[in-house]
Amino acid sequence: MGAGHAHKLYLHGHSPVHALPPHCKLAAVFCFVLVVVSTPREAMWAFALYAVLLAAVARAGRVPYGHLLKRMLVEVPFVAFALLMPFVARGPYVEVQGMSLSSSGLWGAWNILAKGTLGVAASVLLASTTELRELLLGLQRLRLPPLLVQIASFMIRYGDVIADEMRRMRIARLSRGFSARGVRQWGVLAKSAGALFIRSYERGERVHLAMVSRGYTGTMPVIDDVNATRAQWTGAAALPLAALVVCLMGWAL
Amino acid sequence: MTGDSTSEHTRGGANGAASPSVPSPSAPGPSPAPHPPSLHVSGLAYAYPDGHQALFGVDLTVPRGERVALLGPNGAGKTTLVLHLNGILEAGAGSVTVAGLPVGPEHLAEIRRRVGIVFQDPDDQLFMPTVREDVAFGPATAGLRGAELASRVHDALARVGMEGHADRAPHHLSFGQRRRVAVATVLAMQPEILVLDEPSSNLDPASRRELADILQQLDVTVLMVTHDLPYALQLCPRSVVLSDGVIVADGSTQELLCDEGLLAAHRLELPFGFDPGSVRVPQR
Repeated sequence: MGAGHAHKLYLHGHSPVHALPPHCKLAAVFCFVLVVVSTPREAMWAFALYAVLLAAVARAGRVPYGHLLKRMLVEVPFVAFALLMPFVARGPYVEVQGMSLSSSGLWGAWNILAKGTLGVAASVLLASTTELRELLLGLQRLRLPPLLVQIASFMIRYGDVIADEMRRMRIARLSRGFSARGVRQWGVLAKSAGALFIRSYERGERVHLAMVSRGYTGTMPVIDDVNATRAQWTGAAALPLAALVVCLMGWAL
Repeated sequence: MTGDSTSEHTRGGANGAASPSVPSPSAPGPSPAPHPPSLHVSGLAYAYPDGHQALFGVDLTVPRGERVALLGPNGAGKTTLVLHLNGILEAGAGSVTVAGLPVGPEHLAEIRRRVGIVFQDPDDQLFMPTVREDVAFGPATAGLRGAELASRVHDALARVGMEGHADRAPHHLSFGQRRRVAVATVLAMQPEILVLDEPSSNLDPASRRELADILQQLDVTVLMVTHDLPYALQLCPRSVVLSDGVIVADGSTQELLCDEGLLAAHRLELPFGFDPGSVRVPQR
């Protein structure tokens, strides 16, 4: 399969969501998240409607719900923090199953949980239907500072190379009878990490040399550009616009 | 210097400038009278900022269309010399000219277009997310866009037999394929001279032969830095030996490789059982 960068989040497919230009999708997700976070937390039904909207997008993009839910697990460490809030926050307390919980803490936890989950779900949908390479083109198109796009691009290009190097170092350690059992072995691991850093740094210098040799003077040439038709923009705008209607209703009702 | 006994190999490169094997004159810029040599290095000396002197007056002329091997043991100054060819290092003394254009800060962009260096590790050379973008990088930096850029990329990939892999990620290619793409990234800039740093390193025999076939078909001046002596014999009719920062021998590759004293004096060794005298050298 000659499909550029197949990465773990991306689901290969040919749905209408896959076909949208990356910058439209990026803008749509960004606006959607903005709308979601500006919704009053008391309008609980609004968040349910947002979830329905995302489910519709997932369906249009042929992203299986199981895949979506599994990828959303990345949120768990943050959720753990939200779950603590009802216990540590102050204010009027309410009785829930024999526990006295702070009501403002409960609202705070709900706020983080609902908005965070919706944001993560939207990002997972974006990543499932857009290749990494395309995302970079989209960011470039949206005029993100070129330096940031370059850094992200090099991360993608060299992530595997450095992971490979790390794997080889691990095998070399194991081959010489090393096993990381306790604190005493941490020194070896730290030195490996240091060596990996220096190797990567030196590789960076060599890559820079290769770039300079081909005429690089500080700016990346724009080799590929992405364009969107009005219809595509409209298609991408459907999600944030629908969300905006829900949000306005949330404030009005 | 230890290479005195071999000075009879040294030949003046200047008369080679009128070499008949001149490719079509595609190089832009004001090139005076019949083609100046692709590369002319004279009296080049260089010491690193830490005081270590790597080059002590190197003289080398490579006429247009010739393939020359630069042989030498590790630490001879080969890489230092290569980095002078496109102005990454600035000469302490002496000069380098590429097709008549002196290497210097005033026209670095043009020099870097004319001198295509293929580095040893293709992972250093291929830094863009896809093969196509990587090959496009050089010409796009020089300002090429659109259909012209696309055709340049396609041509360069076709010359190394990789046109079917344009949208692959470099990391997903085999090592031999990556090396070939690395050559294409430089060919796309239509260089005056192709400089290859250890082109055969880490290649399996099949990839090695494929690369040799490709290099043999290219109609471009080549300077090949290597200590793979059979590869030099196969690809380059002429060789120069760089040792301790000076050129100690310059002549036909076959003659140099048959000079056991020369090889021994400069830590160059032929693979076991290889007899350079018995090989029929391909004529270009």
